Amino acid sequence: MSGMESQAPILLEMQSNPQYLSGARDLVSGVSKRLGFSDMACSQIALALDEALCNVIRHGYKRALDRPIWVRIAPIDASGGPSEPTEAAGVRIVIEDDAEQVDPVQIKGRALEDIRPGGLGVHIIREVMDEAIYERRETGRGMRLTMVKLKVSKKAARNDSGRGSDVA
Amino acid sequence: MSNALRVEYKEEGGTAFVSPHGEIGYTEATAFRTYLKQAQDKRMPRLVVDLAGVAFMSTPGLATLVEALQTSKKTQTGLVLCGLQDRVRAVFEIARLHTVFKIVPDVSAAREG
Repeated sequence: MSGMESQAPILLEMQSNPQYLSGARDLVSGVSKRLGFSDMACSQIALALDEALCNVIRHGYKRALDRPIWVRIAPIDASGGPSEPTEAAGVRIVIEDDAEQVDPVQIKGRALEDIRPGGLGVHIIREVMDEAIYERRETGRGMRLTMVKLKVSKKAARNDSGRGSDVA
Repeated sequence: MSNALRVEYKEEGGTAFVSPHGEIGYTEATAFRTYLKQAQDKRMPRLVVDLAGVAFMSTPGLATLVEALQTSKKTQTGLVLCGLQDRVRAVFEIARLHTVFKIVPDVSAAREG
């Protein structure tokens, strides 16, 4: 397998065809709901996944329809370790592709003050998720995005204590 | 696989109403853009986009609305959004676009101006 090697409670292998985005959203939203996230949080998680997959399709695969994307979904405990679904403190979603590698530092959204179409996806991912980390895959090809959403958000806790909100 | 987006159009007085139903993501944004462009090409004084039937919108949908806003400014016509569901409104707020568009609660408020 050229994609993910490790075991995962849920592993989705899909082609880079935008017609499958709604199915991927439904999957992650349904799993998140079962893990105990609120309806709004489920919607945010599905949005972040959609934006991430769109970026792979548009920028990684240059809109090719038949390239592989792997999505791994796992419940996690408060420290980020594996968890039983019924005891999950959050969810980790890992997205990998087989596209040309780019410098993760260069993956960033545009300034929000610049009102124009496009360039918002990365900003939205970082805003709605507690963590969003881009890395090169160790195979020499492809990128990995690891996103974490917690039921009790670190961002909310930091906002409450007045120490800022940007974890990602 | 069919496109999940359905769009209704009507005119009342000097206002055009575009009412999409479904999801507006990557695959639906192109059709949505076409509907909005057709509506704006009619050069009605106001265009109301009723989003009450939209359960999901991602950045391609937002981008389409930003394009429509830019067109409305060029042509000096009005653009009003209404009926945003909570999860769609949240996307506008995350993107800080809720202050850029004129957004009213529903079609009745949009009719009143």
